[in-house]
Amino acid sequence: MVLQSLKNCLWLPCVLRTPKACFWSTASGGLIIQSISNDVYQNLAVEDWIHDHMDLEKQQVLFLWRNSPAVVIGRHQNPWQECNLKLLRQKNIKLARRRSGGGTVYHDLGNINLTFFTTRKKYERMENLKLVVKALKALRPQLDVHVTDRYDILLDRQYKISGTAAKLGRTSAYHHCTLLCNADKFVLSSVLKSPFKGLKSNATPSVPALVKNLFEEDPSLTSEMLLDAIAKEYAVQHQIDHHITLINPADETLLPGISDKTKELQTWEWVYGKTPKFSISTCLNMVYKDSVLDVKVNMDVKHGRIEVCNIDLPEQWLPPGLYSELVKSLTGSKFCPNETTTLVTTLLRLCPQDDELHSRWSLLCENMIRLM
Amino acid sequence: VCIHRVRSCSSIRFIKSKYVCVFDKSALKFSHQQRLFRTSAVSCGQIVQFKLSDIGEGITEVTVKEWYIKEGDSVSQFDSICEVQSDKASVTITSRYDGIIRKLHYSIDDIAFVGKPLVDIEIDASKGVASEEDVVETPPMSHEEHTHQEIKGHKTLATPAVRRLAMENNIKLSEVVGTGKDNRILKEDILNYLAKQTGAILPPSPKAEIVPPHRRAEAVPAAAKDKAHKIPVPVSRPIAFEGKDKTVPVTGFQKAMVKTMSAALKIPHFGYSDEIDLTQLVQLREELKPLAEMRGVKLSFMPFFIKAASLGLLQYPILNASLDENCQNVTYKASHNIGVAMDTEQGLIVPNVKNVQVCSVFDIAVELNRLQSLGSAGQLGTSDLTGGTFTLSNIGTIGGTYAKPVILPPEVAIGALGKIQVLPRFNSKGEVFKAQIINVSWSADHRIIDGATMARFSNLWKSYLENPASMLLDLK
Repeated sequence: MVLQSLKNCLWLPCVLRTPKACFWSTASGGLIIQSISNDVYQNLAVEDWIHDHMDLEKQQVLFLWRNSPAVVIGRHQNPWQECNLKLLRQKNIKLARRRSGGGTVYHDLGNINLTFFTTRKKYERMENLKLVVKALKALRPQLDVHVTDRYDILLDRQYKISGTAAKLGRTSAYHHCTLLCNADKFVLSSVLKSPFKGLKSNATPSVPALVKNLFEEDPSLTSEMLLDAIAKEYAVQHQIDHHITLINPADETLLPGISDKTKELQTWEWVYGKTPKFSISTCLNMVYKDSVLDVKVNMDVKHGRIEVCNIDLPEQWLPPGLYSELVKSLTGSKFCPNETTTLVTTLLRLCPQDDELHSRWSLLCENMIRLM
Repeated sequence: VCIHRVRSCSSIRFIKSKYVCVFDKSALKFSHQQRLFRTSAVSCGQIVQFKLSDIGEGITEVTVKEWYIKEGDSVSQFDSICEVQSDKASVTITSRYDGIIRKLHYSIDDIAFVGKPLVDIEIDASKGVASEEDVVETPPMSHEEHTHQEIKGHKTLATPAVRRLAMENNIKLSEVVGTGKDNRILKEDILNYLAKQTGAILPPSPKAEIVPPHRRAEAVPAAAKDKAHKIPVPVSRPIAFEGKDKTVPVTGFQKAMVKTMSAALKIPHFGYSDEIDLTQLVQLREELKPLAEMRGVKLSFMPFFIKAASLGLLQYPILNASLDENCQNVTYKASHNIGVAMDTEQGLIVPNVKNVQVCSVFDIAVELNRLQSLGSAGQLGTSDLTGGTFTLSNIGTIGGTYAKPVILPPEVAIGALGKIQVLPRFNSKGEVFKAQIINVSWSADHRIIDGATMARFSNLWKSYLENPASMLLDLK
């Protein structure tokens, strides 16, 4: 929980007692809010909510948030291509797809997220990043940080400490960026490396970069200090009080409709189903008895579902009827280990109870499932 | 700039001024045009080319990433049309018009250019059109509440037709709850709001178009002479139901169910049910629960049911068998791999506990915990889901008493357990006492199992559970 931030933030009485009208309508040109939740889905839902519901004409908003371990992919990316899904599942790291474009990032409590909300007309990423750099330099003048023209912030001219993405709607827009304070670099690099081979796709690829934590440069820095420095700079530039209002992303009265948004971000249809069409062309090396079988597999996946599936097995290795049942079942199914496991185990119930057949079937299916 | 002339249809009625509207930027002063389009005439649709507007930051081209509509779809103003991406920014392009999509100028992954046409929309000549800039769309004689879009920092989205309806009925848009996309206020929301105002009693209907009655519905039943008891009779009105059927293909879990159950249908089932008095077992479990918890395991009743079943199968191994396809051979399975039906978000799955015949009740509990957490996380492996020889379904955790379970091939028997009920029963002394009763419903394959075998197995299983101490004698 982000309770440490409490000592840096002032509670507006409005937040606790009065309804949302009072909370949202400050008479100033800006509002700084911070989430008390570390749930990536809840926090992304807050971004959606502000984007959809707030009028940013009179006041712009800075939203500060941190997440417990999660991998966040861009709107048009392919999770199989971008990260090691098996490792994510093993380590219980969440996978989320955000609505803005850009590449994949790893979040944990050592990484802070900043979202700048403005009207569509006032959308200006460079200004926001310069604000962040100014805040960092005010905090630690000796830090060598600067903004590149790819909208990254580099430390010592070589290490990326911040990545950027943006979302533009009809009347409002937001630009969010990360800032590496003290994230677990070991987990970061292992989780963002995909073992997938043979994937062809037009999804936005991520550009890998050398990263470094600000903490490594200056161990006296903490996430809270950085959040506070950025909030202070924002307050100065927008001529508002240096108040950070805490918000609870689960509060339905404050943010009506937020729980639906949170739920939608967690659905399989959103996280995996929004993957642009891709194809897989790979070879399964199956060790069977004393030989190794090379089985070529070709699949087309659209909306996260298998559209076309071809498995090049040696003739009669499986009874042809069973093979066609397998292909028929997989077609139209989610490219998902859970769903495939259910399907293949069900099919096994319906075929002859032959140990040899069962072991071949299990071998093939386990290899197929490992792809997902 | 596209210039189209509206074909003057004979039945267009102009409210205040008569002039032909020309789709020319300079002539499009919105506050006047709005009135022009109040007509009930058949629309003369014309095609408008909707261009990709400026993205900002000097960007001239973007990649089309997703279409939300296809040719032939009808769109409303503010509906999302597509998602484009440019340099880490994802942009949602929304429609400026109400109409029908007639042409998409790009496919997915194409480069689209700012200022060039994105889609062609056939617009309804009778409907309003948003100008190039996001102007507040209201008729000229509106009140302050209607022109001002913001409610204390919130925007109200509503099409011109809805705004007109609100204004006609003197409704403040800020007081209406929008149920459309992006909390947009729909026509139904205005009508619902009106209905509440007039205090009408309306039958509950999620998406019905409700016609508000003009006065409170009252009725005095002819038979009731006592005027003090007036029962309001709901007024039945024809409801225009706007719900649509939704057809989705059968895939995934459902497909698996279809296959399993179709095969199961071929098995001639017979059923056998009985009542078990779990009073002693309940007490035993209460004593053992904290012990199990100390070892980090949640102990439910299932491990006892499963172990008792395995002990029963030792005596009646035909219930743990499998009949081949041609009904030529019966294979008596050596392992008791007892399946446990689990309800997950996606549907029914049946993982099994392997080799129960050599497991203690505690071992079974540990394994069940593992299967349950994997099951809810959607991470069960193929080995957990295959190899089952006998199944128990504890449907009672959800509810129910008696059931008619379906055998899961290639097994030959299955048991469904109802919920535990506290019921009065007679003890050996003829006294009434509080008994913890559960019902079990067995189904078996009548091709190789007869009623007597099932009954004897059930009696044995029942005796183990009603008198748990007897299990100790036969535990292996």
